[in-house]
Amino acid sequence: MTTALIGQPISRVDGRRKVTGAATYVAEFQAPGLVHGAIVRSTVANGRIASIDSSAAQQAPGVIAVLTHQNAPKLAYRAHKGAPDPGIGERLHVLQADRVSHQGQPVALVIAEGLEQAVHAAMLVRVTYAPEAAITDIARAEPVPLTPPSETRRGDPDGALAAAEVKLGQTYVIPRENHNPIEMHATIASWDGDSLTLWDKTQWVHNVADEIAAVFGIPARNVRVISPFVGGAFGSALRTWPHVTLAALGARVAGRPVKIMLSRREMYYGTGFRPHTVQRVALGASRDGRLGAILHNGDQETSTYEEFTEALLNATGFLHSCPNVNTRHRLAPMNVHTPTYMRGPGEASGIFAIESAMDELAVALNIDPVELRLRNEPEQDEFRQLPFSSRSTRECYQAAAERFGWSRRNSEPRSMRDGRQLIGWGMATATYGAGRAPASAMARLLPDGTAEVASAASDMGPGTWTSMTQVAAETLGLPIERVRFTLGDTRLPRAPVHGGSITMASVGSAVQAACRKAREDALARGGGTNDVTEAMRRIGQPVEASVDSTPGDESQRFSMHAFGAVFVEVAVDPDLGETRVRRIVGAYGAGRIVNPKLARSQCVGGMIGGIGMALMEHSVVDGRNGRVSNANFAEYAVPVHADAPPVMDVIFVEEHDPHVNPLGVKGVGEIAMVGVAPAITNAIFHATGKRIRELPVTPDKLL
Amino acid sequence: MHPFTLDRPRDLAAALALRAQAGRNDAPAEYIAGGTDMVQLLQEYVRQPERLVSLAGLLDNRIEIGPQGLRLGVAATMAEVAADPAVVEQFPLISEALLNSASPQVRNQATMGGNLLQRTRCPYFRDVGYAACNKRAPGSGCAAIGGENRWHAVLGTSDDCIATNPSDLAVALVALDAAVEIRGAGGSRSLPLVDFHRLPAATPHIETVLEPGEVIAAITVPASSAARRSHYLKVRDRASFEFAVVSAAVALEMDGARIRQARIALGGVGTKPWRVPRVEAALAGASLEPQSLRQAAALAAENAHGRGHNDFKIELMQRAIVRAVEIAGARA
Amino acid sequence: MPGFIPEAAAQAADARPAPLDLVLRVNGTEHRLTLDPRTTLLDALREHLHLTGSKKGCGLGQCGACTVRMDGKGVKSCLSLAALVEGREITTIEGLAQGDQLHPLQAAFIERDAFQCGYCTSGQIMAGVACIAEGHAGSPQEIRDWMSGNLCRCGAYDHIVAAIQDAAGATGPARGG
Repeated sequence: MTTALIGQPISRVDGRRKVTGAATYVAEFQAPGLVHGAIVRSTVANGRIASIDSSAAQQAPGVIAVLTHQNAPKLAYRAHKGAPDPGIGERLHVLQADRVSHQGQPVALVIAEGLEQAVHAAMLVRVTYAPEAAITDIARAEPVPLTPPSETRRGDPDGALAAAEVKLGQTYVIPRENHNPIEMHATIASWDGDSLTLWDKTQWVHNVADEIAAVFGIPARNVRVISPFVGGAFGSALRTWPHVTLAALGARVAGRPVKIMLSRREMYYGTGFRPHTVQRVALGASRDGRLGAILHNGDQETSTYEEFTEALLNATGFLHSCPNVNTRHRLAPMNVHTPTYMRGPGEASGIFAIESAMDELAVALNIDPVELRLRNEPEQDEFRQLPFSSRSTRECYQAAAERFGWSRRNSEPRSMRDGRQLIGWGMATATYGAGRAPASAMARLLPDGTAEVASAASDMGPGTWTSMTQVAAETLGLPIERVRFTLGDTRLPRAPVHGGSITMASVGSAVQAACRKAREDALARGGGTNDVTEAMRRIGQPVEASVDSTPGDESQRFSMHAFGAVFVEVAVDPDLGETRVRRIVGAYGAGRIVNPKLARSQCVGGMIGGIGMALMEHSVVDGRNGRVSNANFAEYAVPVHADAPPVMDVIFVEEHDPHVNPLGVKGVGEIAMVGVAPAITNAIFHATGKRIRELPVTPDKLL
Repeated sequence: MHPFTLDRPRDLAAALALRAQAGRNDAPAEYIAGGTDMVQLLQEYVRQPERLVSLAGLLDNRIEIGPQGLRLGVAATMAEVAADPAVVEQFPLISEALLNSASPQVRNQATMGGNLLQRTRCPYFRDVGYAACNKRAPGSGCAAIGGENRWHAVLGTSDDCIATNPSDLAVALVALDAAVEIRGAGGSRSLPLVDFHRLPAATPHIETVLEPGEVIAAITVPASSAARRSHYLKVRDRASFEFAVVSAAVALEMDGARIRQARIALGGVGTKPWRVPRVEAALAGASLEPQSLRQAAALAAENAHGRGHNDFKIELMQRAIVRAVEIAGARA
Repeated sequence: MPGFIPEAAAQAADARPAPLDLVLRVNGTEHRLTLDPRTTLLDALREHLHLTGSKKGCGLGQCGACTVRMDGKGVKSCLSLAALVEGREITTIEGLAQGDQLHPLQAAFIERDAFQCGYCTSGQIMAGVACIAEGHAGSPQEIRDWMSGNLCRCGAYDHIVAAIQDAAGATGPARGG
């Protein structure tokens, strides 16, 4: 019995566990003898530890151990770089030296019986510093080229800009933002001899095992990492942060399982963030709206010990057609901890600049913003000189514009009102790469007609549990309730990092291949039946298939990206400066949609994230010392229910991409975040006539 | 949290005898009621009392309305007061201010007294990673001056402190001439709410007039026809569940199309709930024409002093006054 | 986070406050516990009773993931000291379903896909039940206003509102939990 399941709006298979509180997140696992860890963090951004007095902490009730650089075991810190780690530089080593390179760096660890006891003893550790001058403000930092330098050039951008009939040049600023998943990062570490089990919030269990093995100088097979449910991450759990090492270190010293859960404030120091970026865009065009030149420079903050880079300027080379393009990407090393990828990394920031500039050009030329983009729609990827595997921008503009009612738009700013409110309509293009990485999966058919399918993937929310079950059940030819998919454990076949919208393409392809092989094997041995359930009944023992699935050379032959268009209606109070998004319509060409119900959730979620980015999110770094002033959920504003637009519309345009991967999927998690912020600021311009080039657009910017 | 002894006294006299004191970081004993701010302060080590004295069940929580006006037992929760039909009808400003505060859950937990005594949201006060905060550690300096001060006050500041009072309720109550009844071991006293919070001056660590062993017992609000024609306007970065960037509480007595008397207080801009008598005086007899409202509102900016990031509040608070008066004036 | 505790206070900390014996009523069952006076209701539920359905997202009342019902009202369990809620009737997400029968709002959350990562979900559901019971589910805008104490970083707000509307229609304001 084969049922079409891929493409069906199936409810989450893990839904019942999540709505009853039965889904177990890592901090909730019980380990016998569990004790608690609390981290002492630096209060200077640069310098050396002059003294540490842990005597009061040692004597505090319940304290088992206090570790500092003076007494912590020396760790191996063998070389290890996982895909999310910066290619240049070396991770932060914890409690190995007296050097402090950023605010909130771990300088001591307290292990105590009770949670309250650990937290309090950490406060009793007295640390003094010999501080040194610190740079924590990008305006005072010295941007330098990446290693190797990242500059691209085609044609004669400077000459073309100088000769352009119409030109503009502006600077666009996005402040630091934090992922702020609702679940704070947590790790439970438990040693058994030389073997370590980690229950860790992560988007990649195998990389945690590899890294911690490298840090402790033990074989990776000795480290088991378990992470079945991830309470949001958005990139914050891509890397293995220092507290994971600290939990393992504490557990080794204490001889007991140790749990560390970061506080919300610690989340702003102990995990990464979307870096502060300063981008300069110059556009040159003909009066009829043909782009003649794009110059796009981007500077972003990084730490002093690692070069974090993201694809800030990549889309500039292929998003719009233009013969003369120059991009230059630089980094500003500062006394901060290393930034990391945050939802829509690179594109979310870079496209804010490009799509804002395109809107400014549309205004300068008095051409409709959609029409301007259509006039510059490329036939191929002009940067890589490759055909797109598929590109549905035109269809996205059309579908979203029609649903939105864009044709009724009066291009004049301040031309629409609702009572006191100024109404504005804006739009922007979105894109994100469609990647795929090697992945493995196992499928085991059982004689009772059920199946177990597994891959060490992760599910931070998009629905990996569910979508993989759909792919498996359809491929095996079984009803969905007879397939159990498991993930989040290094004992399962290796999966790639759960990020960059590659999970469906990578793990999904592996699951499909493993299930296909298991089904073929079962039918081959099943005595002529075409019914896999009947075949398994006859075989009477499990049939198992494991497959390593790797991409081919398609990424060398095609430029592969998802594309989309976002249309937004805002209401701005012209006196009080408050902006609220009333409507948002997004259309996406993202290949095959495995589960439209869950994909819609991802897209509306990305829109909410984009509203936060546009209107409120800002990690306010005190330029004097690098502390994050608003390191909490009261002063770091993320959107709440009342900020959600009354109308949120998601359209998936029909797109069949035969090249991108066997499933024909592109992923929607990242692209859903891209383009929202510029669509909002473009709508704010349309509402008010004010162009805001520095996010977030808080009321003070519109007075 | 710093270790503390938790007292759960049987009656108020016993609680008062323990001489706890709210609003001072150097007080060794502190009262706790709803706990919604106190637990935050304890968790973040902003407060480290040796003794915590619970007031649960010891104080009046009745809401009474009579010809004299409104009397709120200090243990009434924000939710109870906001939803009380008589409050909604006769003192809508109070209900609006409460419903614009915090979240439904916190409103179910937090009391009237605790709301008036909640501590500033100044991020430097709340982050013990900063050594300098004159409120938290007297004499240590003010990290907000010269720091990130978009959240901070422009009125009533001193060179030692620019922290705002975060209460929406207090802004509405100050506009309505509310008074507080204070009870101590030696008896009761009453004073206008506007005099309850102290300006920071050189002693920002002393936030209220409460002495050790004193609690607020009740809030009284005089009856007034203005209380019905009112509006609480709150400007913030997101649509809900956030402290005010700027807020304005306005209550009007109208004489036809003209304002007979206006009562106006501001939030988010003052080191305490900020009444603006000069604006009120300028509005007496004025029409609701935007021009006259703007002229009057401009008087709120007298002696306002921005510190850079918060300069915009000086303009925004004037606009908030104008808008709130317009809305209140348009109400039947 | 680090910060200096005055020397005298640090000394005073050596005085170990006596653990408190107390009884918590959770989901209809009385639990006898010996707790540090500093233990919040949320930590008592998660760390001592192993009722981990109530989530910790901030510990400061700023996210709503820890929402439980206390004497029928939605509260943030991280903002209450456990010792001060003795005798109160506490309902957590684990006490919402009737055996295998999900509460209508739980069922609506699954049907509407009103969550992604699931971490804020317990709090959203407990707050949603209170929202319906207290009569604030009359319109999408009213629901948004009354649910704004519960952050969802995955951005499932649109679907949460739909689920609450569904459940409000199914249960009416009189029931709800």
